[in-house]
Amino acid sequence: MAGTESEPTGARDASLPARAKIAVTAGKVAAAVSRKAGRGSGSVIGGKVALRLDPDLLATLADHLDVVLVSATNGKTTTTRLIAEALRAAGPVVSNALGANMPAGITSALAGGSEARFGVIEVDEKYLAGVARDTRPKAIALLNLSRDQLDRAAETRMMAEKWREGLQDTEAVVIANADDPLVTWAASSCKKVVWVAAGQAWKEDAWSCPACGGVMQRPGDDWFCQECGFRRPNPHWALQGTHVIDPQRGAWPIQLQLPGRANLANATSSAAVAAVFGVSPQVALERMRGVSAVAGRYDVVQYQGRDIRLLLAKNPAGWLETFSLIDGPPTPVVLSVNALDADGTDTSWLWDVDYERLAGHPVFVLGQRKLDLAVRLEVAGLQFHVVDSLEQAVRMAPPGRIEAIANYTAFQQLRKVVAG
Amino acid sequence: MSESSLRVVWVYPDLLSTYGDRGNALVVERRARQRHLNVTRIDVRSDQSVPTSGDIYLIGGGEDRPQRLAAERLRNDTGLVRAAENGAIILGVCAGFQILGHEFVNDLGQREPGLGLLDVWTTRGEGERCVGDVLADVDPQLGLPQLTGFENHQGVTHLGQGVKPLARVTAGRGNGTGDGTEGAWRDTVFGTYLHGPVLARNPAVADMLLKLALDVNALPPADTTWYDALRAERIAATTRPA
Repeated sequence: MAGTESEPTGARDASLPARAKIAVTAGKVAAAVSRKAGRGSGSVIGGKVALRLDPDLLATLADHLDVVLVSATNGKTTTTRLIAEALRAAGPVVSNALGANMPAGITSALAGGSEARFGVIEVDEKYLAGVARDTRPKAIALLNLSRDQLDRAAETRMMAEKWREGLQDTEAVVIANADDPLVTWAASSCKKVVWVAAGQAWKEDAWSCPACGGVMQRPGDDWFCQECGFRRPNPHWALQGTHVIDPQRGAWPIQLQLPGRANLANATSSAAVAAVFGVSPQVALERMRGVSAVAGRYDVVQYQGRDIRLLLAKNPAGWLETFSLIDGPPTPVVLSVNALDADGTDTSWLWDVDYERLAGHPVFVLGQRKLDLAVRLEVAGLQFHVVDSLEQAVRMAPPGRIEAIANYTAFQQLRKVVAG
Repeated sequence: MSESSLRVVWVYPDLLSTYGDRGNALVVERRARQRHLNVTRIDVRSDQSVPTSGDIYLIGGGEDRPQRLAAERLRNDTGLVRAAENGAIILGVCAGFQILGHEFVNDLGQREPGLGLLDVWTTRGEGERCVGDVLADVDPQLGLPQLTGFENHQGVTHLGQGVKPLARVTAGRGNGTGDGTEGAWRDTVFGTYLHGPVLARNPAVADMLLKLALDVNALPPADTTWYDALRAERIAATTRPA
């Protein structure tokens, strides 16, 4: 696991100021206590304790690192992992590889103590501006923005606005998805931008121009606002089929173990980030090839004698990308949806997902909000079975590998079930 | 309604479709097709004119700036207002509900005129946003079972003499006025804060819209097994003491 390669060597701790040293030590103690109590890795509580003792700790820890920040609605954990793998070609990397992406978790990951040259950090969208101010990154990758957990998060366009305001003075090279109008709006006030045509399947959050509110025209892959002239920038890098096109028009084949168009896009953005640090697309892509699963996502597991591929989809854009990568009918599909606090307690987003695309698949529905799904699928005119457990779904499913798609806490529960 | 097909007009999905509002259009279509009715769904983007010949108009929820843009464009377009004058059936949800009224507070903090199709006006609430599950007893005159849904809004909507409350909340906040009212209605125009796919949780409301459009008192039965199961589960979850 990427996160554990940077376990304490002591070398870094020795060079820290006294206050930071005390904070790091206290954080490690808190994390260890939390681990002993069986409450997960303890990275978040450790980071909280450390930041309480030294509010500047994140900045201090980042000071010796070439920091890369990665933020997006979808794909940030995977892309963080891909970038970390690519940059290992140039030096040791420390990363919050397990997705603890708020300031406490980030602090904890960096406080692991290491001789790393690079800090590759996934950042929750809401915290990006603050973390960018504290860590003074060399590069920031902005992948996409779309609706997600609207019962507790800011509105999607407001998020783009926050990014725009928070990043306008950054010295970092910003690697931004030119195919996402909201990301383009956020990045277009930055000094140094590398535009990547990484594609975007989900378009429903950007029909209204982020600059002036005009109706966006979106012919083919292009987009522009007729009223104010805000338009898609010319990309430096592009995903074309299964190739990365670099700024010199060199084409590099992407051969990932990770499935799907979205991961080809993530690899393209990652290659553009790696190039900022002198790692060539060829080397970067070769290293990305080694990644097979990220925090359990895309993992093919054995359960009850059957192969099940575990797929995480948290919001309409994520589901859309996931539907495009699953095996075709008659592959059985298991859907599981929860609405706990970490998922968002409002399930209305289910109606933004095109479940009609599952026509022809045997579909099994479970999770805390399986009845919301049942109504959604009934209205989509699909055949489906509502079940009580993964075990029951597996028993009823026709032969073949099963695709299991779940939102956040439902995904964690599936992982637990298959792990026995 | 027009002879050949029931016309369901979804107003401005490019601006007002933030909380799964497409669900309302899908449920109306589905409930109509289950009765072997011929349905045409017309999605009208905000740079297109709203047809006046629709039978049922759905207008959804959205963020603050798109709401202002939608109100501006609907006032200029006048299609929805003319349709209402012809007796069209209209369901406005959340931001769409506010637009159907006389005015609301826009993203710039200014009073923005609505369409005046419902005698209501909306101010901005001082307290916390109203977010969470709602249960409400519907105006007995409409003969509908209790409403279940989810609300997420900052607006406080005051009702004038020209409308009646659509329902009275037993859980949740509704119009936010503190008097327990939720939504408003008069004739064939309805507004509610139960956002997104309110019709998925309340298929009887979808059926009411269809009955009004067809001018009939009853429809052939259509299966509600999963809707009923979902309703029972949400009603139990919302009434259960926390």
